[in-house]
Amino acid sequence: MSTESPSLGARLSARGLDGTTLLVLPGVIFVVALFIYPFLYGLWLSFHPKAGPALANYTKFFSDPFLYGTIWTTMKLALPVTLINLLIALPIAFRVRLLRRQRLLTTLLILPITLGTVLVAEGMIFYLGPQGWFNRVLMLAGLISSPVKLVNNYWGVFISLVITGFPFTFLLTLSYVTGIDPSLEQAAATLGANARNRFREVFLPLLLPGLAITFCLSFVQAYSVLPSAVLVGDPSSATRVISIAAYQAATEEYDYAMASAIAMIMGLTQLGVVALVLGLRSLLYRGPVAAAKG
Amino acid sequence: MPKDTSLTARIWAFAVWSVVILFLINLAGLIGSVVTSSFATRWLGTWLPAGFTTKWYFSAWDEFQLGDVLTVTFQVVFAVVFLSGLIGVPTAYAMARREFPGKRLVMVLFLLPILVPPVTFGIPLATVLYQVGLGGTLTGVILANLVPTVPFVILVMIPFIEQIDPRLEAAARVFGAGTFGVFRHVLVPILTPGILAALLLVLVRTIAMFELTFLTAGPGSQTLVVALYYSVFAAGVRAVQSIDAMAVIYMLTTLVWLLIALRFVNPTQIVARAKRDAH
Amino acid sequence: MTTPVFQELRLEAIRREFGGFNALKGVSLTIRRGEFIALLGPSGCGKTTALNCIAGLLALSGGRIMLDDRRIDTLRPEQRGFGMVFQNYALFPHMTIAKNIGFGLRMRGTPADEMARRIAAAVQLVRLQGQEAKLPGQLSGGQQQRVAIARAIVIEPPLVLMDEPLSNLDAKLRLEMRQEIRRIHSSLGSTTIYVTHDQEEALSLADRIVVLREGEIRQVGTPEELYARPTDLGVADFMGYRNRVAGRLVGEAGGFVRVAIDGGELEGLLQGPAPKDGRVVVALRPEDLRAGAAGSVDAKVTAIEYRGHEFVGLAAVASGAELHFSADERLAAGAPVRLSGARERTLVFAETAA
Repeated sequence: MSTESPSLGARLSARGLDGTTLLVLPGVIFVVALFIYPFLYGLWLSFHPKAGPALANYTKFFSDPFLYGTIWTTMKLALPVTLINLLIALPIAFRVRLLRRQRLLTTLLILPITLGTVLVAEGMIFYLGPQGWFNRVLMLAGLISSPVKLVNNYWGVFISLVITGFPFTFLLTLSYVTGIDPSLEQAAATLGANARNRFREVFLPLLLPGLAITFCLSFVQAYSVLPSAVLVGDPSSATRVISIAAYQAATEEYDYAMASAIAMIMGLTQLGVVALVLGLRSLLYRGPVAAAKG
Repeated sequence: MPKDTSLTARIWAFAVWSVVILFLINLAGLIGSVVTSSFATRWLGTWLPAGFTTKWYFSAWDEFQLGDVLTVTFQVVFAVVFLSGLIGVPTAYAMARREFPGKRLVMVLFLLPILVPPVTFGIPLATVLYQVGLGGTLTGVILANLVPTVPFVILVMIPFIEQIDPRLEAAARVFGAGTFGVFRHVLVPILTPGILAALLLVLVRTIAMFELTFLTAGPGSQTLVVALYYSVFAAGVRAVQSIDAMAVIYMLTTLVWLLIALRFVNPTQIVARAKRDAH
Repeated sequence: MTTPVFQELRLEAIRREFGGFNALKGVSLTIRRGEFIALLGPSGCGKTTALNCIAGLLALSGGRIMLDDRRIDTLRPEQRGFGMVFQNYALFPHMTIAKNIGFGLRMRGTPADEMARRIAAAVQLVRLQGQEAKLPGQLSGGQQQRVAIARAIVIEPPLVLMDEPLSNLDAKLRLEMRQEIRRIHSSLGSTTIYVTHDQEEALSLADRIVVLREGEIRQVGTPEELYARPTDLGVADFMGYRNRVAGRLVGEAGGFVRVAIDGGELEGLLQGPAPKDGRVVVALRPEDLRAGAAGSVDAKVTAIEYRGHEFVGLAAVASGAELHFSADERLAAGAPVRLSGARERTLVFAETAA
């Protein structure tokens, strides 16, 4: 035994591995066992179809418009909804930022988080239905002559996604907006920048990276829409989103290999959009949004 | 900055507030419709129901076995809250305090379950759970719900722990506390507000988590939100009002916890903390 | 947008409230063109509030701000055309140094070639050649400070506002930047209003110092006037008069008054009329209270430390009250000491003047 070289424990702890580091193990083991393993298993399973060659599930998906069409259907919902939520959340966050008592309004705006997709869907069937208060008020005001159809079609899912997605988008946007050092705006103002220029030259460039993250996180939520697409949508055609196809394969056809394949395609297409947005983001300035300090 | 009083600024402010108010009015109408209906004797094609009653709450309770469903819901929720704290907090502590090879990779590992939508990993996860015989059981539902909540607790707690001065722990060790002692007497008391905040948000998320429970639950392990989905999906079988009564009960169970959570945390701060790590 | 050169800036009874709290209680002040004015006071005295009101970052609750005969307090900050240096510098983190400095010019629609010329001149003035393409985060604190100053002066503002610009720098750099700021002020011939809580900074930089306390002006004067003749105890405290001893008037001799205090007697200059009850407070600096055999106050040394060219110490009189004094030699703690005051620099205030 050499006395000169330090013990194994000392050498490991010099590299940051000691008893405390081992505390990450429960978390890591958990995620590997319940997320990574099932995910990889699903990937493996998707290449072992009930019948046919390894790629049979994928060729089946991409040759059947009833299946591959769901990608476009989902994109058509998720992209505009995410964008709209972001575009509404941004100016509201800028207003709320100026309020002294933000808490009540913030609480009200994020209330739909507690409702959850199912309750929102249930409420929409009532409220936006042909006999609901919404159509009644519009008809009373003379804005429409017959009830507008806002449920059981594309717009039903669209609206439900806006209602359930907005709080989350708003909360993230607000935290980015309030994270910007107010003295930067003041500096821009004393240098002659009016409100429009302050937004364009100072706020927007500093917010864009955060807005890209917000877009991705909100998009992920909208992309996996399931309950509202069934309850307030038109789940057999206009709002047959990809998660419905996956769900049907799993629970109606008991074809877990096919369901896994669809889940993988779903993850991949969604990650494609996220990667694109994050790629664009990497072109932007991404430093601290406080005033630089030495 | 002083208020901008120019005409365009005022029109813009008016427009933004209009959108906020429209959103809130419609939200109130939406919730109000459900609540009104749950108390309605009969409500068809009129502004307000013909009469009011509370009987739907009693019939919903019996019809949907809400007693059982609520029991299951709270079993699931509290198990998820407890376990995600138990696994998440020590992991977050190690992540906050130690630099080790592969730390970035571990970080990505914890980000993935939050970035990938529940349906995508829920289907393979359900398949695996059914294979090992946990599909449809209470344990299976709990395990599935833990997948996004454990990383959530970790990501929220890391910055919380980072801001605690490490010298406090050093001081405790100097006075003879072991690792467990440091946790028990120093960290837990300081971290309590943070842990409480993270766990309350886990609680609200889990009550509202539909997809994962939906994919893994069996007849005896449905939570309230899944039971609600099935009853809305099979609308027509039961009186609409009793479904609405159930929806109101569901809404109240989450609302209470959200309000409690908001008493302890400023919502934007919690996101700001989680988000700083998502970079 | 560009404000023409002015003759004087007048604050006319300006007030500012924050939800019931009066941060500024009617401040009036006239600032002449080319002056370097320091607003001095402890934190919370309203000095930054006053500066923000002048810049237009805060609206007034009352009063007017006039630039010659033009009323400017109704203008938005971007319409005033003043240059401002912020305490945390407020550099735009996403813009290069050149872009930061050129921001004000760009907002004014300055032609590209003129802009490049003026940015280069400003960079030269603050000695930052070679750093133009960097981002603020890549510079040291002192360099960032220079960028902030260059950004404020490149638009050639008639008035430059500085809000504790040196408070985030270390002692050595602070001294260096102080000279730099004075040099830039002289070379541009602009008017500067400088907010600080550091009396040394104010004394060394300003042509005139305005001492603020609790939202009110306590004294306005040249550095020499303030240093030698603070008009009240509050200002005296700020000007380094660390000893404030309660006593009683006992006589007068050759323009000086004699004051009996615990442990002995001090002579000094009475400020204002003598109080009827004879109760006064004596204020004097540690360097003006020296240990020596000829002293007139008996005390016991409680602590002493070496300061390079002399020793400074604390001594307690019989009642336990402590005095800051200076000495030529190291005195043992616990030893008796006699202290004598420099009477021409000892100020005596009526006790109510606190």
